[in-house]
Amino acid sequence: MVTGNAIAIRQASKRLGHQTMRFETAPAVVASASVVGLREGQGPLGRYFETILEDERYGERCWEQAESRILKEAVNTALGLAGWKEDELDALISGDLLNQISASNFASRNTQMPFLGIFSACATIAEGLLLAATLLEAGVAARVIAAASSHHEAAERQFRYPNEFGAQRPMTAQWTATAAGAIALGLPADGGGGAGWGAAADGSTGEAQLLPRITFATVGKVVEMGQKDPYDMGTAEVPAAWDTLLAHFRETGRDPAYYDLILTGDLARIGSEIFREGMRRRGLDVSSRHMDCGVLLYRPEQDVHAGGSGAGCAASVLASYILKEMRKGRFRRVLFVGTGSLHNPVSIQQGEPIPTIAHAVAIEA
Amino acid sequence: MERGGRFHTKSAELLAQVTWEVAGLPDPEEERKRQAAEFAALAAQYHPHPPLARNLIFAFLVGGSICAIGQLFIALFQSLGMTDVQASARASITLLALGSLLTGLGVYDEIGRVGGAGAAIPITGFANSIVSPAMEYRTEGLVFGFAARLFSIAGPVVTFGILAAMASALIRFLVTG
Amino acid sequence: MTLAWGEAAVSVVWAFLIGGTICLIGQVLIDVFRIPPAHVMVLLVVAGAVLAGLGLYEPFIRVAGAGATVPLSNFGYVLTRGVLDALRREGWFGLLTGVFEIAGGALAAAVVFGFIAALVFRPRG
Repeated sequence: MVTGNAIAIRQASKRLGHQTMRFETAPAVVASASVVGLREGQGPLGRYFETILEDERYGERCWEQAESRILKEAVNTALGLAGWKEDELDALISGDLLNQISASNFASRNTQMPFLGIFSACATIAEGLLLAATLLEAGVAARVIAAASSHHEAAERQFRYPNEFGAQRPMTAQWTATAAGAIALGLPADGGGGAGWGAAADGSTGEAQLLPRITFATVGKVVEMGQKDPYDMGTAEVPAAWDTLLAHFRETGRDPAYYDLILTGDLARIGSEIFREGMRRRGLDVSSRHMDCGVLLYRPEQDVHAGGSGAGCAASVLASYILKEMRKGRFRRVLFVGTGSLHNPVSIQQGEPIPTIAHAVAIEA
Repeated sequence: MERGGRFHTKSAELLAQVTWEVAGLPDPEEERKRQAAEFAALAAQYHPHPPLARNLIFAFLVGGSICAIGQLFIALFQSLGMTDVQASARASITLLALGSLLTGLGVYDEIGRVGGAGAAIPITGFANSIVSPAMEYRTEGLVFGFAARLFSIAGPVVTFGILAAMASALIRFLVTG
Repeated sequence: MTLAWGEAAVSVVWAFLIGGTICLIGQVLIDVFRIPPAHVMVLLVVAGAVLAGLGLYEPFIRVAGAGATVPLSNFGYVLTRGVLDALRREGWFGLLTGVFEIAGGALAAAVVFGFIAALVFRPRG
């Protein structure tokens, strides 16, 4: 059944098992930037973000254009930090939650950036990173930005109720983050730290800065376990996270202890607990090294219930706290597992269960 | 095509089932259902219960207070010489106006977050359910935004209210005249 | 005068207690019986219509005052009351024409307030 071509790919050992890719050139994270809303800025990661909005509408006439603008600002900031010009970028890979990923489409309009739009809900940035790394590995691109955004009010009115409607949210509900994150990937030789990545972010130019690189990615399968509650996406995404992680460890031969940090995004508080218990039952204890972007982004007292969600949540946490701390050496080996619920309001109303996906990306410095 | 379409589907199902049984493997569809049930059972252990006592108390206090304010308006209109029915109707409209104003000022969604059913069930909640889409979808224009979606939340209440009222009144009319 | 104010005070307390209890029942339906809020609203209006058909809503209003007229169940009552009055007055055609006879005022007000709000306010999120 295996064709000659497939055998050649396996023998080149870029392909491990059924789902995992190995990046021999190990594309480097040259820069990253994030723009977040006020509530996110007041969270524990506040000092890691480049821009914090004071007004969720950001001077635009509607939420949707505001999201587009914060995404554009995150991309432009990442470009600046990488020291690249718009027309030097080989591809912008971006996605969001709005219908037909319109925030990304509008953010890219009339720019000089070749654009690839993608959708994996909260896992969008994981898909973006692995596609960017693939382009670089293939040698068909040298400078790529992966980005994702979400906007609380824009998502509320699309997926739930008008913003001024007085609905009570269940305890399992997650708060769609107003946030955008952009991560610039290039060849390790390309700047190797950029024109001032560390400098602009925290003024620490003097320190030795490590270069985070993407070494492996495991592409997820769409998993559906009969979960139907759109107010409990974290739980629905857990089986997808298990599935992808098990495949990753099986196909790379690594075990959880190899990584300093296994970062999911976004299972939130309840989903995280179920996730850890399920991993433990499968003989892979990750509890001591697991964190979740939806849990990291907010303080428990910020009334976000189970935690954050939205394509911008994981993107902004990764682009800020995680990658900046990797540069400083606090985390050396991070396995980022983006998890997304792939439903839409129509499928929910029609009583269909929530299909979910998880993509894993290994980032090592 | 008409002939036996159903039969063919059935026989295909039967064949698949027999094949799995012969191979000694679980039916993948059954296996998937079993996994889903197992997962649901695990997830249920970690699911928090809603803060019931707190929710009930706030629903009672918020809902009760809105009704008490309504009664104050009724008393006020009665003291102006209106009949009970007139006073009650005007009190309702006054509460509608208040609910609309609080929605416009961005306060009613906070009341709803705390009060739950206590904020949704009074007529102020009805105002909130109409005014909030009016504001939210205004950006899509007056016709398809504001007007078309004005009753996007309150619509079911009006629709089923009318159907139930007609049925209920008709039965009453037929029975007692 | 003192007596009138005393009566008013008692009626406010009754409205608070009974209105609060209806809302509490609504919250139980949401939190304990897991019925979505939108369905609870529909149930309440239907319940009001049924009670009105049984002739029970008027006595309820006499006891509870605003505790009965402010919750959404009152909407079911006024819709039913309108249909019933029209049926008695005009016969069968009243089944259609009576629906908004009393409830129309509240609906018209809601549309007007919604329109004003759409022009004046912007959602804050």
